[in-house]
Amino acid sequence: MSDPHNAPPPDWDAAAAQAIIARHLALEGPMLPILHALQAHFGFVPPESTPLIAEALNISRAEVHGTISFYHEFRTTTPAARVVKLCRAEACRAQGCEDVVAAFNSSHGIHPDRPTADLAIETVYCLGNCALGPSAMVGEELFGRVDAARLAELCGLEKV
Amino acid sequence: MGVVTPTRIYVPCDAAALSVGANAVARTIAAEASARNLHVEIVRNGSRGALWLEPMVEIAHAGSRIAYGPVTAKDVPGLFDANFLKGGAHPLALGPTDELDWLKRQQRLTFARVGVTDPLSTDDYRSHGGLAGLQAALALSSQQIVQAVKDSGLRGRGGAGFPTGIKWQTVHDAAGPRKYIVCNADEGDSGTFADRMLMEGDPFTLIEGMAIAGVAVGATRGYIYLRSEYPHAFRTLQRAIRIAEAEGVIGPSVLGSEHAFHLEVRLGAGAYICGEETSLLESLEGKRGIVRAKPPLPALEGLFGKPTVVNNVLSLAAVPFILAHGGPAYANYGMGRSRGTLPVQLGGNIKRGGLIELAFGISLREIIEDFGGGTRSGRPIRAVQVGGPLGAYLTAAQLDTQMDYEALAAIKAMLGHGGIVVFDDTADMAKMAKFAFEFCVVESCGKCTPCRIGSTRGAETVQKLIDGIAREKNLAVLNDLCNLMTDASLCAMGGLTPLPVMSALTHFPEDFGLALPRAAAE
Repeated sequence: MSDPHNAPPPDWDAAAAQAIIARHLALEGPMLPILHALQAHFGFVPPESTPLIAEALNISRAEVHGTISFYHEFRTTTPAARVVKLCRAEACRAQGCEDVVAAFNSSHGIHPDRPTADLAIETVYCLGNCALGPSAMVGEELFGRVDAARLAELCGLEKV
Repeated sequence: MGVVTPTRIYVPCDAAALSVGANAVARTIAAEASARNLHVEIVRNGSRGALWLEPMVEIAHAGSRIAYGPVTAKDVPGLFDANFLKGGAHPLALGPTDELDWLKRQQRLTFARVGVTDPLSTDDYRSHGGLAGLQAALALSSQQIVQAVKDSGLRGRGGAGFPTGIKWQTVHDAAGPRKYIVCNADEGDSGTFADRMLMEGDPFTLIEGMAIAGVAVGATRGYIYLRSEYPHAFRTLQRAIRIAEAEGVIGPSVLGSEHAFHLEVRLGAGAYICGEETSLLESLEGKRGIVRAKPPLPALEGLFGKPTVVNNVLSLAAVPFILAHGGPAYANYGMGRSRGTLPVQLGGNIKRGGLIELAFGISLREIIEDFGGGTRSGRPIRAVQVGGPLGAYLTAAQLDTQMDYEALAAIKAMLGHGGIVVFDDTADMAKMAKFAFEFCVVESCGKCTPCRIGSTRGAETVQKLIDGIAREKNLAVLNDLCNLMTDASLCAMGGLTPLPVMSALTHFPEDFGLALPRAAAE
């Protein structure tokens, strides 16, 4: 869960990654907590950390890779400078989220799920705000009743 | 001048309230009060569940609470001008909260404290009946606790509806020494938000329910598996657990007893399938969230191969009431084999959406029309999806169906986690059917072929129907595929995806370019 208002995440640092991994080894089933902590620190789960996790947990690199790649939330590359999660599940569809996407696309020429270095609008399925949709999330902040103008605002773009 | 008692103002911290500006409202109230030299105490409560009124601000005045809403930051100076601290008249005034029709007509057992108390105040919790269930449980034998849950008739609120007491009995009877309580808080179904509201608004209820489960079955460790889309609930739960530990509610000695119960929250990572209990256990163990074949049942070989109770948030949160008041008190609510209350979540295109806790047996129409006031767009209702993305689409003509496990099953629908999503007459049900398959493509764990391959083939076939390509043949393919997925999938993901698809096709054939009259389609 990256916050676009924060400073850019640090470069790869093996010692920092080792320390993050070591901090979680006393937990039962430490894999997901480790991956979350690495992503919180680096902005993504650096591929360089895979062998370190495998070594620490005494499992194969394939198992670590398999776990990372299974979950939608874990990234292995630098995220866009600004990430907006947009809900496109049933309840938000019932409230016109697809119309919001179409209107936003026609006014700004930006389509969700085609990220650039500056902006990624990620499709998610349900943010638990189903009575006040369409819903979006930026960092850890939740937004309800999102229309195309609001989406543009959340994306850091001028209203058209 | 003596010390002035501050006026207590409640501004919800529930994520839904925050999504429409509750933080800005709280900040503006604080600033305005200070500028006017007025002494106020702002409490960040949970939401009462009338979400269309959020942010709903409440003032404690003359022994009751007066509600105003929906309040924006811009309204705040005007509210002060109208003397809202003394319950003054204002266009946003709703009157005493307890008199709101929406709340008065509910039977709040599980959600009794949500929106009323400060979620992280144990004083509030105790003074509103909290911990009575755990205290009662500690005076009983473990078998008596399990029996109380059996007597209540409580069935799993996650969707499957399995009797909770029987699950507990299995774990109770399993050989120890290590057993687990796992709370499924991976509330991934679109249209559901009751788990989130409870965890944000009254986290101690869940903690108490899990501690009771631990004492009942002899488990000393519990995990709450929470979806990562709920950062607010995550923070609240973490704080609540620390407070509960510090006050001796959980930890090495549960309320001073010989029972230990340690609790931890774990975050998922955006995988819908991890709401399936065996996939959730794999994920907790740190693996890919791949569904396990059953048997063995998680009750016997669950987390790390140990006997494990896996219950939904709402099942565990119903337990403190049951232990405090007895199984029969809970079973007195409801009808038939659906006992107790159901926190209904009303969303989608609805005028008055939110959380409504009611005894089983109310009709969909009463919920959608009386509570919900019809669609938000003002257009006629076309379809209603009950029970999340794997639930059936119903027509406006089916709304007299009662909300209970059996009544919905009788019309080939399911209750699921109690979510209702309303669509108006602009909805294209063929698109929704295709979306059901597409969702399954993205979220299938990939273990079984019917789900992994069937979802992709299904989306293609629906598209062919929409495009008018060989309709007869593709209709046969779709029927065949749905039967196969229903019968041969390993879990509910593949097994129930045909439910929204086939219900859409049956009730709305015209959207698929099929000129079948309704009678022929049925």
